[in-house]
Amino acid sequence: MRDGTGPLLDVGDLVVRYGQATALDGVSLRVDRGEMVALVGPNGAGKTTLLNTVCGLLPVAGGDCAVRGRVAQVPEGRQLFADMTVDDNLRLGAWTVRDRDPSRIYDLFPQLATMRRRQAGTLSGGEQQMVAVGRALMARPDLLAVDELSLGLAPMIVDSLAEHLRRLNEESGMAVLLVEQNARLALELCPRAYVLETGRIVASGPSGELSRSAAVQAAYLGGAITPSPSEGEGRGGGF
Amino acid sequence: MQLLLQYLSSGIATGCTFALVATGFVAIYRVTRVVNFAQGAFAVIGGMAAYALLGRGLPHGAAELVAVGLAATAGLLVGLVAIGRRGSPPLASLIITLGIGIGSYAVLILIFGDQPVSYDGLPGSAAIGGVTMPLQFLLVVAVTAATFALLAAFFNRTYLGRALTACSSNPHAARLVGIDTTRMGLVSFALGGALGGLAGVLLTPLQPVSFNSDVGIAINGFAAAVFGGILRPVTALVGALVLGVAEALVAGYSKASYESGVALVLMLALMVWQASRRAPVEEAAA
Repeated sequence: MRDGTGPLLDVGDLVVRYGQATALDGVSLRVDRGEMVALVGPNGAGKTTLLNTVCGLLPVAGGDCAVRGRVAQVPEGRQLFADMTVDDNLRLGAWTVRDRDPSRIYDLFPQLATMRRRQAGTLSGGEQQMVAVGRALMARPDLLAVDELSLGLAPMIVDSLAEHLRRLNEESGMAVLLVEQNARLALELCPRAYVLETGRIVASGPSGELSRSAAVQAAYLGGAITPSPSEGEGRGGGF
Repeated sequence: MQLLLQYLSSGIATGCTFALVATGFVAIYRVTRVVNFAQGAFAVIGGMAAYALLGRGLPHGAAELVAVGLAATAGLLVGLVAIGRRGSPPLASLIITLGIGIGSYAVLILIFGDQPVSYDGLPGSAAIGGVTMPLQFLLVVAVTAATFALLAAFFNRTYLGRALTACSSNPHAARLVGIDTTRMGLVSFALGGALGGLAGVLLTPLQPVSFNSDVGIAINGFAAAVFGGILRPVTALVGALVLGVAEALVAGYSKASYESGVALVLMLALMVWQASRRAPVEEAAA
Protein backbone atom coordinates (compact mmCIF):
# COMPACT_ATOMS: atom_id res chain seq x y z
CA MET A 1 0.00 0.00 0.00
CA ARG A 2 1.50 3.32 -1.06
CA ASP A 3 0.83 6.89 -0.10
CA GLY A 4 -2.08 8.55 -1.82
CA THR A 5 -3.96 5.45 -2.96
CA GLY A 6 -7.10 5.41 -0.88
CA PRO A 7 -7.97 6.59 2.60
CA LEU A 8 -5.20 7.40 5.09
CA LEU A 9 -6.49 4.81 7.52
CA ASP A 10 -8.51 1.90 6.23
CA VAL A 11 -9.58 -0.65 8.80
CA GLY A 12 -11.73 -3.48 7.50
CA ASP A 13 -13.27 -6.34 9.47
CA LEU A 14 -10.43 -6.07 11.96
CA VAL A 15 -10.12 -8.76 14.61
CA VAL A 16 -7.65 -8.38 17.50
CA ARG A 17 -7.27 -10.86 20.32
CA TYR A 18 -5.50 -10.94 23.65
CA GLY A 19 -4.87 -14.65 24.04
CA GLN A 20 -8.35 -16.21 24.02
CA ALA A 21 -10.22 -12.95 24.55
CA THR A 22 -11.46 -11.11 21.47
CA ALA A 23 -10.98 -7.36 21.93
CA LEU A 24 -12.01 -6.22 18.46
CA ASP A 25 -14.52 -8.30 16.54
CA GLY A 26 -14.86 -7.20 12.93
CA VAL A 27 -14.28 -3.46 13.20
CA SER A 28 -14.39 -1.33 10.05
CA LEU A 29 -13.36 2.32 10.19
CA ARG A 30 -11.99 4.87 7.76
CA VAL A 31 -10.13 8.13 8.18
CA ASP A 32 -9.43 10.24 5.09
CA ARG A 33 -6.54 12.63 4.72
CA GLY A 34 -7.09 15.83 6.64
CA GLU A 35 -10.18 14.48 8.39
CA MET A 36 -11.06 14.65 12.08
CA VAL A 37 -12.86 11.55 13.28
CA ALA A 38 -14.10 10.73 16.77
CA LEU A 39 -14.27 7.28 18.31
CA VAL A 40 -16.51 7.13 21.35
CA GLY A 41 -17.65 4.28 23.54
CA PRO A 42 -17.67 3.00 27.10
CA ASN A 43 -14.68 1.72 29.05
CA GLY A 44 -13.42 -1.61 27.80
CA ALA A 45 -15.04 -1.24 24.38
CA GLY A 46 -11.68 -1.68 22.66
CA LYS A 47 -10.92 1.93 21.71
CA THR A 48 -7.35 1.86 22.99
CA THR A 49 -6.84 -1.58 21.45
CA LEU A 50 -7.89 -0.14 18.10
CA LEU A 51 -5.46 2.77 18.42
CA ASN A 52 -2.59 0.51 19.44
CA THR A 53 -3.29 -1.80 16.50
CA VAL A 54 -3.33 1.19 14.15
CA CYS A 55 0.03 2.22 15.62
CA GLY A 56 1.43 -1.24 14.91
CA LEU A 57 1.85 -2.25 18.55
CA LEU A 58 -0.59 -5.17 18.46
CA PRO A 59 -0.81 -8.05 15.99
CA VAL A 60 -3.80 -8.31 13.66
CA ALA A 61 -5.67 -11.59 14.08
CA GLY A 62 -7.99 -11.05 11.11
CA GLY A 63 -9.12 -8.45 8.57
CA ASP A 64 -7.05 -5.47 7.41
CA CYS A 65 -5.51 -2.46 9.03
CA ALA A 66 -3.94 -0.33 6.30
CA VAL A 67 -2.18 2.89 7.27
CA ARG A 68 -1.05 4.93 4.25
CA GLY A 69 1.15 7.43 6.02
CA ARG A 70 2.81 8.12 9.32
CA VAL A 71 0.81 7.74 12.49
CA ALA A 72 1.70 8.94 15.97
CA GLN A 73 -0.19 8.40 19.18
CA VAL A 74 -0.95 10.58 22.17
CA PRO A 75 -1.56 7.77 24.66
CA GLU A 76 -4.04 7.66 27.50
CA GLY A 77 -2.47 8.94 30.71
CA ARG A 78 0.20 10.83 28.71
CA GLN A 79 2.87 8.11 29.21
CA LEU A 80 5.72 10.60 29.28
CA PHE A 81 9.32 9.74 30.08
CA ALA A 82 8.69 11.18 33.53
CA ASP A 83 12.28 11.37 34.77
CA MET A 84 13.59 12.92 31.56
CA THR A 85 13.44 16.57 30.53
CA VAL A 86 10.68 18.09 28.44
CA ASP A 87 13.25 18.64 25.71
CA ASP A 88 14.34 14.99 25.72
CA ASN A 89 10.71 13.85 25.65
CA LEU A 90 10.09 15.93 22.54
CA ARG A 91 13.30 14.88 20.82
CA LEU A 92 12.56 11.20 21.42
CA GLY A 93 9.25 11.70 19.62
CA ALA A 94 11.33 12.18 16.46
CA TRP A 95 12.97 8.74 16.75
CA THR A 96 11.58 7.65 13.37
CA VAL A 97 12.33 10.88 11.50
CA ARG A 98 15.44 12.95 10.75
CA ASP A 99 14.44 16.37 12.02
CA ARG A 100 14.83 16.37 15.81
CA ASP A 101 14.58 20.10 16.41
CA PRO A 102 11.70 20.69 18.85
CA SER A 103 11.49 24.47 18.29
CA ARG A 104 8.25 24.28 16.30
CA ILE A 105 6.62 22.53 19.27
CA TYR A 106 7.75 25.40 21.51
CA ASP A 107 6.22 27.80 18.98
CA LEU A 108 2.98 25.87 19.23
CA PHE A 109 3.01 25.64 23.06
CA PRO A 110 5.05 28.69 24.20
CA GLN A 111 4.37 27.65 27.80
CA LEU A 112 6.62 24.62 27.34
CA ALA A 113 9.58 26.67 26.10
CA THR A 114 10.21 27.98 29.60
CA MET A 115 10.26 24.45 31.08
CA ARG A 116 12.35 22.62 28.51
CA ARG A 117 14.94 21.60 31.12
CA ARG A 118 12.43 20.44 33.70
CA GLN A 119 11.63 16.79 34.32
CA ALA A 120 8.40 16.00 32.50
CA GLY A 121 6.96 14.24 35.55
CA THR A 122 7.02 17.47 37.57
CA LEU A 123 4.73 19.36 35.17
CA SER A 124 1.01 19.92 35.73
CA GLY A 125 -1.48 17.61 34.02
CA GLY A 126 -2.26 20.10 31.27
CA GLU A 127 1.41 20.82 30.59
CA GLN A 128 2.12 17.09 30.49
CA GLN A 129 -0.64 16.64 27.93
CA MET A 130 0.99 19.40 25.85
CA VAL A 131 4.28 17.48 26.00
CA ALA A 132 2.49 14.28 25.00
CA VAL A 133 0.86 16.02 22.02
CA GLY A 134 4.15 17.73 21.16
CA ARG A 135 6.08 14.46 21.34
CA ALA A 136 3.62 12.86 18.91
CA LEU A 137 3.82 15.87 16.57
CA MET A 138 7.61 15.55 16.47
CA ALA A 139 7.13 12.46 14.28
CA ARG A 140 5.38 14.72 11.71
CA PRO A 141 2.40 12.36 11.53
CA ASP A 142 -0.19 12.28 8.78
CA LEU A 143 -2.57 10.88 11.37
CA LEU A 144 -2.56 11.85 15.03
CA ALA A 145 -4.25 9.23 17.17
CA VAL A 146 -5.30 10.82 20.45
CA ASP A 147 -6.40 8.59 23.33
CA GLU A 148 -8.45 10.47 25.95
CA LEU A 149 -7.39 14.05 25.43
CA SER A 150 -9.54 15.38 28.27
CA LEU A 151 -9.07 12.75 30.99
CA GLY A 152 -8.25 14.36 34.33
CA LEU A 153 -7.87 17.87 32.94
CA ALA A 154 -9.71 21.09 33.76
CA PRO A 155 -12.32 22.14 31.14
CA MET A 156 -10.42 25.30 30.21
CA ILE A 157 -7.26 23.34 29.46
CA VAL A 158 -9.24 20.77 27.48
CA ASP A 159 -10.78 23.56 25.38
CA SER A 160 -7.37 25.01 24.65
CA LEU A 161 -5.91 21.64 23.66
CA ALA A 162 -8.93 20.91 21.47
CA GLU A 163 -8.48 24.29 19.79
CA HIS A 164 -4.82 23.41 19.12
CA LEU A 165 -5.87 20.14 17.47
CA ARG A 166 -8.46 21.93 15.33
CA ARG A 167 -5.88 24.49 14.20
CA LEU A 168 -3.23 21.84 13.44
CA ASN A 169 -5.82 19.99 11.39
CA GLU A 170 -6.80 23.14 9.49
CA GLU A 171 -3.33 24.51 8.93
CA SER A 172 -1.28 21.39 8.20
CA GLY A 173 -3.96 19.02 7.02
CA MET A 174 -3.03 16.49 9.67
CA ALA A 175 -5.81 13.97 10.22
CA VAL A 176 -6.96 13.25 13.77
CA LEU A 177 -8.54 10.15 15.23
CA LEU A 178 -9.84 11.17 18.65
CA VAL A 179 -10.80 8.62 21.27
CA GLU A 180 -12.81 10.28 24.04
CA GLN A 181 -14.85 9.44 27.12
CA ASN A 182 -16.21 12.95 26.84
CA ALA A 183 -18.44 12.22 23.86
CA ARG A 184 -19.83 15.74 23.77
CA LEU A 185 -16.36 17.22 23.25
CA ALA A 186 -15.47 14.60 20.64
CA LEU A 187 -18.67 15.05 18.66
CA GLU A 188 -18.30 18.82 18.70
CA LEU A 189 -14.69 18.73 17.56
CA CYS A 190 -14.93 16.05 14.89
CA PRO A 191 -17.40 16.18 12.00
CA ARG A 192 -17.64 12.39 11.78
CA ALA A 193 -17.71 9.73 14.48
CA TYR A 194 -17.90 6.03 15.26
CA VAL A 195 -19.41 4.40 18.35
CA LEU A 196 -17.58 1.31 19.58
CA GLU A 197 -19.15 -1.12 22.06
CA THR A 198 -17.63 -4.43 23.21
CA GLY A 199 -15.39 -4.72 20.19
CA ARG A 200 -17.94 -3.79 17.51
CA ILE A 201 -18.89 -0.57 15.76
CA VAL A 202 -22.57 -0.03 16.68
CA ALA A 203 -23.12 3.35 15.06
CA SER A 204 -21.29 5.71 12.74
CA GLY A 205 -21.92 8.81 10.69
CA PRO A 206 -21.80 12.59 10.84
CA SER A 207 -21.44 13.77 14.43
CA GLY A 208 -24.51 15.97 14.19
CA GLU A 209 -26.75 13.03 13.33
CA LEU A 210 -25.17 10.80 15.95
CA SER A 211 -25.58 13.32 18.74
CA ARG A 212 -29.27 13.68 17.84
CA SER A 213 -29.87 9.91 17.95
CA ALA A 214 -31.68 8.84 21.09
CA ALA A 215 -29.45 5.85 21.77
CA VAL A 216 -26.23 7.88 21.68
CA GLN A 217 -27.76 10.63 23.78
CA ALA A 218 -28.86 8.22 26.45
CA ALA A 219 -25.63 6.28 26.59
CA TYR A 220 -22.94 8.91 26.05
CA LEU A 221 -24.33 12.40 26.33
CA GLY A 222 -26.33 11.89 29.51
CA GLY A 223 -29.46 13.28 27.92
CA ALA A 224 -29.56 16.23 25.59
CA ILE A 225 -29.15 19.02 28.11
CA THR A 226 -27.04 17.77 31.03
CA PRO A 227 -23.55 19.10 30.39
CA SER A 228 -21.57 15.97 31.26
CA PRO A 229 -22.29 12.24 31.20
CA SER A 230 -22.82 11.98 34.94
CA GLU A 231 -24.20 8.83 36.48
CA GLY A 232 -27.85 8.58 37.37
CA GLU A 233 -29.26 12.05 36.79
CA GLY A 234 -29.18 12.51 33.06
CA ARG A 235 -29.11 8.88 32.11
CA GLY A 236 -32.75 8.27 31.38
CA GLY A 237 -33.01 11.34 29.20
CA GLY A 238 -35.65 12.67 31.56
CA PHE A 239 -35.32 16.26 30.37
CA MET B 1 48.74 3.95 59.55
CA GLN B 2 50.95 2.95 56.67
CA LEU B 3 49.19 -0.40 56.55
CA LEU B 4 45.76 1.20 56.67
CA LEU B 5 46.56 3.42 53.70
CA GLN B 6 47.81 0.43 51.78
CA TYR B 7 44.59 -1.47 52.47
CA LEU B 8 42.64 1.61 51.42
CA SER B 9 44.44 1.95 48.10
CA SER B 10 44.09 -1.73 47.23
CA GLY B 11 40.45 -1.60 48.35
CA ILE B 12 39.75 1.35 46.08
CA ALA B 13 41.39 -0.42 43.13
CA THR B 14 39.35 -3.62 43.53
CA GLY B 15 36.31 -1.47 44.33
CA CYS B 16 36.70 0.14 40.92
CA THR B 17 36.55 -3.24 39.20
CA PHE B 18 33.40 -4.06 41.23
CA ALA B 19 32.00 -0.73 40.03
CA LEU B 20 32.52 -1.69 36.39
CA VAL B 21 30.81 -5.04 36.93
CA ALA B 22 28.02 -3.26 38.83
CA THR B 23 27.52 -0.77 36.00
CA GLY B 24 27.19 -3.72 33.64
CA PHE B 25 24.37 -5.07 35.82
CA VAL B 26 22.79 -1.60 35.87
CA ALA B 27 23.13 -1.01 32.11
CA ILE B 28 21.32 -4.26 31.34
CA TYR B 29 18.74 -4.09 34.14
CA ARG B 30 17.68 -0.53 33.37
CA VAL B 31 16.70 -1.33 29.81
CA THR B 32 15.49 -4.93 30.11
CA ARG B 33 14.59 -5.38 33.82
CA VAL B 34 16.67 -8.54 33.65
CA VAL B 35 19.27 -9.26 36.34
CA ASN B 36 22.00 -10.75 34.20
CA PHE B 37 23.56 -13.62 36.11
CA ALA B 38 26.14 -14.11 33.36
CA GLN B 39 27.67 -10.74 34.26
CA GLY B 40 30.59 -12.34 36.15
CA ALA B 41 31.37 -14.55 33.17
CA PHE B 42 31.98 -11.46 31.01
CA ALA B 43 34.76 -10.43 33.38
CA VAL B 44 36.26 -13.93 33.27
CA ILE B 45 36.10 -13.93 29.47
CA GLY B 46 37.81 -10.52 29.41
CA GLY B 47 40.59 -11.58 31.77
CA MET B 48 41.24 -15.00 30.23
CA ALA B 49 41.06 -13.73 26.66
CA ALA B 50 43.53 -10.95 27.44
CA TYR B 51 45.86 -13.53 29.01
CA ALA B 52 45.64 -15.80 25.96
CA LEU B 53 46.17 -12.91 23.53
CA LEU B 54 49.17 -11.62 25.47
CA GLY B 55 50.55 -15.18 25.34
CA ARG B 56 50.24 -15.06 21.56
CA GLY B 57 52.43 -11.97 21.47
CA LEU B 58 49.83 -9.25 21.20
CA PRO B 59 51.09 -6.12 22.94
CA HIS B 60 49.47 -4.70 26.07
CA GLY B 61 46.67 -2.37 25.17
CA ALA B 62 45.75 -4.22 21.99
CA ALA B 63 45.23 -7.50 23.83
CA GLU B 64 43.04 -5.88 26.48
CA LEU B 65 41.05 -3.99 23.85
CA VAL B 66 40.35 -7.13 21.82
CA ALA B 67 39.42 -8.96 25.04
CA VAL B 68 36.88 -6.25 25.91
CA GLY B 69 35.50 -6.54 22.37
CA LEU B 70 35.14 -10.31 22.80
CA ALA B 71 33.33 -9.79 26.11
CA ALA B 72 30.98 -7.31 24.40
CA THR B 73 30.29 -9.91 21.72
CA ALA B 74 29.60 -12.49 24.42
CA GLY B 75 27.21 -9.97 25.99
CA LEU B 76 25.38 -9.55 22.71
CA LEU B 77 25.09 -13.34 22.28
CA VAL B 78 23.77 -13.80 25.82
CA GLY B 79 21.29 -11.00 25.10
CA LEU B 80 20.12 -12.67 21.88
CA VAL B 81 19.37 -15.89 23.74
CA ALA B 82 17.93 -14.24 26.85
CA ILE B 83 15.70 -11.52 25.36
CA GLY B 84 15.82 -12.12 21.60
CA ARG B 85 12.37 -13.69 21.64
CA ARG B 86 9.97 -10.76 21.89
CA GLY B 87 7.85 -10.69 24.98
CA SER B 88 9.87 -13.11 27.08
CA PRO B 89 9.21 -12.25 30.74
CA PRO B 90 12.25 -10.85 32.61
CA LEU B 91 12.19 -13.75 35.07
CA ALA B 92 12.55 -16.29 32.25
CA SER B 93 15.42 -14.23 30.81
CA LEU B 94 17.06 -14.14 34.23
CA ILE B 95 16.99 -17.93 34.46
CA ILE B 96 18.43 -18.14 30.94
CA THR B 97 21.36 -15.90 31.93
CA LEU B 98 21.93 -18.07 35.01
CA GLY B 99 22.07 -21.13 32.77
CA ILE B 100 24.44 -19.49 30.34
CA GLY B 101 26.67 -18.36 33.22
CA ILE B 102 27.05 -21.94 34.43
CA GLY B 103 27.30 -23.30 30.89
CA SER B 104 30.13 -20.87 30.21
CA TYR B 105 32.38 -22.94 32.54
CA ALA B 106 32.57 -25.74 29.98
CA VAL B 107 33.33 -23.37 27.12
CA LEU B 108 35.93 -21.49 29.13
CA ILE B 109 37.70 -24.69 30.21
CA LEU B 110 37.72 -25.94 26.61
CA ILE B 111 39.25 -22.72 25.31
CA PHE B 112 41.45 -21.48 28.15
CA GLY B 113 41.98 -24.52 30.38
CA ASP B 114 41.02 -24.98 34.01
CA GLN B 115 43.97 -23.21 35.68
CA PRO B 116 43.82 -19.73 37.15
CA VAL B 117 45.54 -17.20 34.93
CA SER B 118 47.11 -13.85 35.57
CA TYR B 119 49.39 -11.47 33.75
CA ASP B 120 51.49 -8.50 34.69
CA GLY B 121 49.68 -5.23 34.74
CA LEU B 122 51.33 -1.86 34.48
CA PRO B 123 54.85 -2.38 35.88
CA GLY B 124 56.34 -0.23 38.62
CA SER B 125 54.93 1.56 41.58
CA ALA B 126 54.49 5.08 42.78
CA ALA B 127 54.76 6.62 46.23
CA ILE B 128 51.85 8.89 47.05
CA GLY B 129 51.67 10.44 50.51
CA GLY B 130 54.16 7.94 51.87
CA VAL B 131 52.21 4.95 50.54
CA THR B 132 53.80 2.85 47.86
CA MET B 133 51.25 1.47 45.50
CA PRO B 134 51.51 -0.43 42.22
CA LEU B 135 50.90 1.67 39.13
CA GLN B 136 48.26 -0.90 38.15
CA PHE B 137 46.10 0.45 41.03
CA LEU B 138 46.31 3.92 39.55
CA LEU B 139 45.58 2.58 36.07
CA VAL B 140 42.45 0.82 37.35
CA VAL B 141 41.22 4.00 39.03
CA ALA B 142 41.98 6.15 35.98
CA VAL B 143 40.29 3.77 33.53
CA THR B 144 37.23 3.46 35.77
CA ALA B 145 36.94 7.25 36.12
CA ALA B 146 37.27 7.68 32.35
CA THR B 147 34.70 4.96 31.73
CA PHE B 148 32.16 6.60 34.05
CA ALA B 149 32.74 9.97 32.38
CA LEU B 150 32.22 8.38 28.96
CA LEU B 151 29.07 6.58 30.13
CA ALA B 152 27.64 9.81 31.56
CA ALA B 153 28.30 11.58 28.26
CA PHE B 154 26.81 8.67 26.34
CA PHE B 155 23.58 8.51 28.35
CA ASN B 156 23.09 12.26 28.75
CA ARG B 157 24.35 13.67 25.48
CA THR B 158 23.77 11.15 22.69
CA TYR B 159 20.46 10.29 21.07
CA LEU B 160 21.07 6.54 21.41
CA GLY B 161 21.88 6.99 25.09
CA ARG B 162 18.65 8.93 25.60
CA ALA B 163 16.71 6.21 23.81
CA LEU B 164 18.19 3.62 26.18
CA THR B 165 17.16 5.79 29.14
CA ALA B 166 13.71 6.14 27.59
CA CYS B 167 13.32 2.34 27.48
CA SER B 168 14.12 2.31 31.18
CA SER B 169 11.85 5.24 32.00
CA ASN B 170 8.74 4.04 30.17
CA PRO B 171 9.02 1.02 27.85
CA HIS B 172 5.47 1.40 26.54
CA ALA B 173 6.06 5.03 25.56
CA ALA B 174 9.39 4.04 24.02
CA ARG B 175 7.60 1.56 21.75
CA LEU B 176 4.99 4.24 20.95
CA VAL B 177 7.58 6.64 19.57
CA GLY B 178 8.97 3.80 17.48
CA ILE B 179 11.96 2.68 19.55
CA ASP B 180 12.62 -1.05 19.15
CA THR B 181 12.95 -1.95 22.83
CA THR B 182 14.27 -5.44 22.10
CA ARG B 183 17.06 -4.02 19.98
CA MET B 184 17.86 -1.50 22.73
CA GLY B 185 17.99 -4.43 25.15
CA LEU B 186 20.60 -6.08 22.93
CA VAL B 187 22.62 -2.85 22.87
CA SER B 188 22.50 -2.82 26.65
CA PHE B 189 23.66 -6.46 26.82
CA ALA B 190 26.63 -5.66 24.57
CA LEU B 191 27.43 -2.65 26.75
CA GLY B 192 27.14 -4.81 29.88
CA GLY B 193 29.47 -7.35 28.29
CA ALA B 194 32.05 -4.68 27.49
CA LEU B 195 31.89 -3.29 31.03
CA GLY B 196 32.28 -6.77 32.52
CA GLY B 197 35.17 -7.49 30.17
CA LEU B 198 36.87 -4.24 31.11
CA ALA B 199 36.57 -5.16 34.78
CA GLY B 200 38.12 -8.53 33.96
CA VAL B 201 41.17 -7.21 32.11
CA LEU B 202 41.84 -4.74 34.92
CA LEU B 203 41.27 -7.26 37.71
CA THR B 204 43.32 -10.18 36.38
CA PRO B 205 46.72 -8.59 37.16
CA LEU B 206 45.50 -7.89 40.72
CA GLN B 207 44.12 -11.35 41.43
CA PRO B 208 44.28 -14.51 39.27
CA VAL B 209 41.09 -15.38 37.41
CA SER B 210 39.83 -18.86 36.57
CA PHE B 211 36.75 -20.18 34.79
CA ASN B 212 34.70 -20.16 38.00
CA SER B 213 35.78 -16.76 39.34
CA ASP B 214 32.55 -15.35 37.91
CA VAL B 215 30.50 -16.05 41.04
CA GLY B 216 32.72 -14.00 43.34
CA ILE B 217 32.99 -11.19 40.81
CA ALA B 218 29.25 -11.16 40.16
CA ILE B 219 28.36 -11.19 43.87
CA ASN B 220 30.56 -8.17 44.53
CA GLY B 221 29.27 -6.35 41.45
CA PHE B 222 25.66 -7.18 42.26
CA ALA B 223 26.02 -6.09 45.88
CA ALA B 224 27.35 -2.75 44.64
CA ALA B 225 24.55 -2.45 42.06
CA VAL B 226 21.92 -3.12 44.72
CA PHE B 227 23.08 0.07 46.46
CA GLY B 228 21.42 2.04 43.69
CA GLY B 229 18.43 -0.29 43.27
CA ILE B 230 20.26 -1.68 40.19
CA LEU B 231 19.20 1.53 38.44
CA ARG B 232 21.71 4.24 39.34
CA PRO B 233 25.32 3.85 38.15
CA VAL B 234 26.78 6.57 40.36
CA THR B 235 25.27 5.10 43.52
CA ALA B 236 26.61 1.73 42.39
CA LEU B 237 30.07 3.30 42.09
CA VAL B 238 29.87 4.56 45.66
CA GLY B 239 28.66 1.15 46.79
CA ALA B 240 31.48 -0.59 44.97
CA LEU B 241 34.16 1.62 46.56
CA VAL B 242 32.68 1.09 50.04
CA LEU B 243 32.59 -2.63 49.40
CA GLY B 244 36.13 -2.80 48.01
CA VAL B 245 37.58 -0.89 50.97
CA ALA B 246 35.53 -2.87 53.51
CA GLU B 247 36.75 -6.15 52.05
CA ALA B 248 40.38 -5.00 51.99
CA LEU B 249 40.12 -3.96 55.64
CA VAL B 250 38.46 -7.20 56.69
CA ALA B 251 41.04 -9.24 54.78
CA GLY B 252 43.88 -7.14 56.18
CA TYR B 253 42.90 -7.00 59.83
CA SER B 254 41.23 -10.39 60.25
CA LYS B 255 41.16 -13.38 57.92
CA ALA B 256 41.29 -13.16 54.13
CA SER B 257 38.64 -15.86 53.93
CA TYR B 258 36.10 -13.54 55.55
CA GLU B 259 36.52 -11.17 52.62
CA SER B 260 33.79 -12.55 50.39
CA GLY B 261 31.37 -12.64 53.30
CA VAL B 262 31.40 -8.85 53.42
CA ALA B 263 29.57 -8.49 50.11
CA LEU B 264 26.97 -11.09 51.05
CA VAL B 265 26.24 -9.57 54.45
CA LEU B 266 26.13 -6.08 52.99
CA MET B 267 23.81 -7.15 50.17
CA LEU B 268 21.47 -8.92 52.56
CA ALA B 269 21.33 -5.94 54.92
CA LEU B 270 20.69 -3.54 52.02
CA MET B 271 17.96 -5.65 50.50
CA VAL B 272 16.15 -6.07 53.82
CA TRP B 273 16.47 -2.34 54.47
CA GLN B 274 15.27 -1.38 51.02
CA ALA B 275 12.39 -3.85 51.09
CA SER B 276 11.20 -2.55 54.47
CA ARG B 277 11.51 1.03 53.26
CA ARG B 278 9.87 0.63 49.89
CA ALA B 279 6.72 -1.23 50.90
CA PRO B 280 4.82 1.69 52.48
CA VAL B 281 5.67 3.97 49.57
CA GLU B 282 4.14 1.60 47.07
CA GLU B 283 1.04 1.24 49.17
CA ALA B 284 0.66 4.98 49.28
CA ALA B 285 1.06 5.20 45.52
CA ALA B 286 -1.57 2.55 44.95
